[in-house]
Amino acid sequence: MTSILQVKNVNKSFGGLKALNNVELSVEQGTVHAIIGPNGAGKSTLLNCFVGRLTPDTGTVDFDGTSLLGKQPHEINQVGVSRVFQTPEIFGDLSLVENVMIPTLARRDGAFKLNPWQRVDSIAEVREKAEHLLADVDLQDKKDMIANSLSRGDKRRLELAMCLVQDPKLLLLDEPTAGMSRADTNKTIDLLKRIGERGITKIVIEHDMHVVFSLANKISVMAQGTVIAEGKPEQIKGDPRVQEAYLGGAHL
Amino acid sequence: MIAPTARNDLILIGAFAAAVLTAPLWLAPIGAGYPDLLQKFAIYGLFAIGFNILFGFTGYLSFGHAAFLGVGSYAAVWSFKLLTMNVLPAVFFAVLVSGLFALAIGFISLRRTGIYFSILTLAFAQMSYNLAYSVLTPITNGETGLQLTTSDPRILDKMAGIDYGAALPTTDLFGTEMTGYPGFYFCAVLMIIGFVIAVRIARSPFGTMLRAIKSNQNRLNYTGINTRPYALAAFVISGMYAGLAGALLACTDPLAGAERMQWTASGEVVLMTILGGAGTLLGPVFGAGVIKYFENIFSAFNHDILMSIFDFLPGWLQGIVVTVSGLFVGEGWHLTLGALFMIIVIFLPGGLMEGVGRIAKLFRKDGGAANSSVSTAPGE
Amino acid sequence: MDAILLQILNGLDKGGAYALIALGLTLIFGTLGVVNFAHGALFMLGAFCAVSLRELLTLSMKVKDESITFFDAYKEVPYLEVWFGETGTMIIDLAVPLSILFAIPIMLLIGLAMERGLIQHFYKRTHAEQILVTFGLAIVLQEIVKAYFGANPIPQPAPEAVAGSANIGALFGLGDSVVYPWWRLVYLAFSGVVIAAVFAFLQFTTFGMVVRAGMQDRETVGLLGINIQRRFTIVFGIAAVVAGLAGVMYTPILPPDYHIGMDFLVLSFVVVVVGGMGSLGGAVAAGFLLGILQSFASMNEVKSILPGIDQIIIYLVAVVILLVRPRGLMGRKGVMEG
Repeated sequence: MTSILQVKNVNKSFGGLKALNNVELSVEQGTVHAIIGPNGAGKSTLLNCFVGRLTPDTGTVDFDGTSLLGKQPHEINQVGVSRVFQTPEIFGDLSLVENVMIPTLARRDGAFKLNPWQRVDSIAEVREKAEHLLADVDLQDKKDMIANSLSRGDKRRLELAMCLVQDPKLLLLDEPTAGMSRADTNKTIDLLKRIGERGITKIVIEHDMHVVFSLANKISVMAQGTVIAEGKPEQIKGDPRVQEAYLGGAHL
Repeated sequence: MIAPTARNDLILIGAFAAAVLTAPLWLAPIGAGYPDLLQKFAIYGLFAIGFNILFGFTGYLSFGHAAFLGVGSYAAVWSFKLLTMNVLPAVFFAVLVSGLFALAIGFISLRRTGIYFSILTLAFAQMSYNLAYSVLTPITNGETGLQLTTSDPRILDKMAGIDYGAALPTTDLFGTEMTGYPGFYFCAVLMIIGFVIAVRIARSPFGTMLRAIKSNQNRLNYTGINTRPYALAAFVISGMYAGLAGALLACTDPLAGAERMQWTASGEVVLMTILGGAGTLLGPVFGAGVIKYFENIFSAFNHDILMSIFDFLPGWLQGIVVTVSGLFVGEGWHLTLGALFMIIVIFLPGGLMEGVGRIAKLFRKDGGAANSSVSTAPGE
Repeated sequence: MDAILLQILNGLDKGGAYALIALGLTLIFGTLGVVNFAHGALFMLGAFCAVSLRELLTLSMKVKDESITFFDAYKEVPYLEVWFGETGTMIIDLAVPLSILFAIPIMLLIGLAMERGLIQHFYKRTHAEQILVTFGLAIVLQEIVKAYFGANPIPQPAPEAVAGSANIGALFGLGDSVVYPWWRLVYLAFSGVVIAAVFAFLQFTTFGMVVRAGMQDRETVGLLGINIQRRFTIVFGIAAVVAGLAGVMYTPILPPDYHIGMDFLVLSFVVVVVGGMGSLGGAVAAGFLLGILQSFASMNEVKSILPGIDQIIIYLVAVVILLVRPRGLMGRKGVMEG
């Protein structure tokens, strides 16, 4: 198996607080890799280092053979990394279909293209692709609605469609089911399983163990800014270190 | 609410052009059918259309756009002085110079967002205004303002053998003087062109990106879009519109003063845009028209006119009403403007176009499916 | 050396006015989260409190002019002088300082009315809308003042006792060349006292403690069951009083007209941004700093090297600060970005 994301020796401090401490992570192509751990373990901080929101103090983050460090968020997206946020980040004032057309255009035209004279609705391929993706996440009948009017669960699915339409090589999911009802959570799990068939590598941060164990091929457990355990779901389930971390026993 | 299809846009543009070109006829009954005022409608309409591309579409509130208006005026007057009284080179240079000026200011200001951006643009505009009054006097002629003189070189005119003799020259378009109706139609045609460009931008992928910046700039960055060049392009385009409007002010009356760059002038174009409806296509033109129209009417009112209007009231009440309403007219026009500003922001933040939309909805009662049309997207 | 001292002094009193306005702007922004473009108008209203009080005190009656004997001549004499003689004259002379007492209740009422009537509805609206509505209010206020008091500046003399100039140079042993108007020194001292009072109030009273906690984390304070809203309304009133007093005392330095507030507002906003949005100390420091900087920039020696620098120095500093240190000199993280 080839590894698509290589994280080596990453450290990050805020003031005196060490948020990430020598993090090592290797994500293999085509897998679903879950990162779990108690609050404040550094999961989101690590994710922010992948997408250009934060820069680690030391260490390397290599994606598909190139370093992601020092790259702007849009540059990182352009090399094939898309992210779903903890609270859905969508274009609230625009229609659903426009929400999905924008990432489609970004993939097609690159980070900047000055084309003020072309009609956006005349680019059939972009519209078709966007509508197709909306159908994939069961939002096709709401495609002309304004995105802000959606329920929270629908917003999450919309955001997922916005990421998937870009055919990313790596998809980062930050608590994709946080704040969802059980029914919505199960729906999302089904959806994620379905898109799993496309072979997109995914990193999932999640608190809900039900979600983690239904999706992940591999799990890394973080506590106090470092990876304390790593393995297949069955291995992690029985690992005493993991239970310790969750029960607070990690404060040695 | 009309879907933004290519066909509907053609109808919109056609109707707009027809309405503008026939304005002298249908505005005559309300006392606005004369060229001086019509010219103002067209010029400030252009200014607001351009401002809307930045504020309405992209969501960046500039408090310094009057600077570009002023720069456009100065560039145009210099073209009249040095080259020719023909308006085309003046318009060309004004747009060019204000575009370059906007590029420089936008490049710096757009490094910040939100209110910091507003303050930066305000700071640049105030600097331009202060400098125009002081050290840049050789270029701007300070407080007096830049004017034509009989001794101006006018190289191109001399080469073409045009001599104005001892009289001050007037602006022209290949021999047609830019006063009265020809002046209005020149401005009107340019405004229609400006409107067409704005419609095309709104419907383009570029325009979609601008609206996405307004909606959620952060998401757009993580979607692989480099937002800064988009915002900068919007800034420069709107600066060029402002420069064009400034040039047209100079075409109809060839002098340029620094007061055109003052921040209250920047505030006025903000008001026009939100009054009509920021982010809509017709709104800014509408807003500019309403403000310039009422400015014209209200400023002309005086005590005697008010007395005759309220003649039907009993004497004591007439006195009170006239005194109170007298505050709002004539010199007090700015009071009306300020009150209008507040009322619009408080009660109708989407502007008049939203108001029209609400009324239309009341009549139709079928507004089930929400609409995504640009022309009806509410402004922020 | 003399020249430098003089420029610093020159800058300090203007800086004092900037600091007082910026302090109020920051208080309002830090507590209510509102960008108040009408704050300059409060300064202006304060100045016109002074104008009004003088007009009240000098209400006059016609008295026969005894100095003219060959026909009946009349002259206007203020009631106060008719009734109280010398004491009346003295009261009129002290009109500006007396206006402080007059302005405090008025400005407090105006501030409370403004907050309850308008500002409270804009807490949750966008900053752009806050700017626009308060900008509209500022225009309305200044046009009303213009309608009553006219468009021309109305000079307000300082009390006679401090009308002259102080020989500061002698004080510092620098010779007689540093002469400085007494009133400006009074203004400087006054702004120092007001600033100290505001800080002491925030630092040492329970009320102030709650307000400071609210500036840090509004939601948590709200959760503690403290009625933070009512306190914030009072904070707005205090900010209005501070701006108003700054205006009252500035009248002898610059005769007020209806748009004096706008001129100060733009500069004060720049001061707030330089000091750091939400930082009270930053607002005060930046106010004095920019005042002094502006005063140095208007020295002939400086102007001959950099023509026009006096006109743009404050804006230029703001641009540089915003670009290299977006949070300002002492700003908190991420305030108002986005």
